[in-house]
Amino acid sequence: MPNKTIGAFTIEVDDEGFMLDHTQWNRDIATAIAQQEGIATLTDRHLLVVDFMRKEFIEKGTGPSIRRLTKESGVETKELYALFPGGPAKKAAKIAGIKKPAGCI
Amino acid sequence: MSNEPIKRVSIIVSRGSLDGVYPGLIMANGARMEGIEAMLFFTFFGLGALHKKLQNDLKVATVGNAAMNMAMPLLGMPITMPFPTWMGGIPGVSAFASSVMKKKMEKLDIPPVGEFVTMIHDAGGEIYACKAAMDMFDLKKDDLVPEVDSILTVGDFYAKSAGAQIIFT
Repeated sequence: MPNKTIGAFTIEVDDEGFMLDHTQWNRDIATAIAQQEGIATLTDRHLLVVDFMRKEFIEKGTGPSIRRLTKESGVETKELYALFPGGPAKKAAKIAGIKKPAGCI
Repeated sequence: MSNEPIKRVSIIVSRGSLDGVYPGLIMANGARMEGIEAMLFFTFFGLGALHKKLQNDLKVATVGNAAMNMAMPLLGMPITMPFPTWMGGIPGVSAFASSVMKKKMEKLDIPPVGEFVTMIHDAGGEIYACKAAMDMFDLKKDDLVPEVDSILTVGDFYAKSAGAQIIFT
């Protein structure tokens, strides 16, 4: 599996750039990945989503569906798409350092 | 053949059964999740998915459905268990099958039709109703949920679908 140097960090990622080991993750890595994904700064709202995704992933082994994410994080669908333009579930998962979401919803 | 990514999808929903409506909704939502532009065009019986009084009461078509045995595992029975098509016509069978499927979908985090349409709309998906079908069923825009962006003629539909992959369901 490829290693990727991002900022001052070297992380293991899959072919699409999702981190393989979420324990390597930290906020600075999140910021660096976000910048590569075209999100200049991570606001509190971004971090609310990212933290919720990490919590779900660590508890359940898979990231939440968008429906669960919006219902339980308090970030509504419209805002979610505005925060992570061009594919919220994938982008947020990548920034959160978790695997690519497996669900269809 | 180029491997250029899909940028826009235009999905036609022409059927009004539960199983007729969901594939289009799931594909439109999935497109938005991937950052692909999506429009949904509801025509003929598919309009039921947008009707205020009908959208959350859609049913699985059990009459004449030769594949109902696919749903047997939901009742704890083997998938090969025969379900003769005539049994689909027994009163209550369609309602029962629909309720079993809806419960299972809720478990899988698949929203009910009304919530799904709202979710797709909030995600930037465009929702359109077919003018010819509206006229045929004597429907007015007021009969439909507020997420409907507009009512399109066939010509409008093709104009809005410019550059899109058109998918008929």
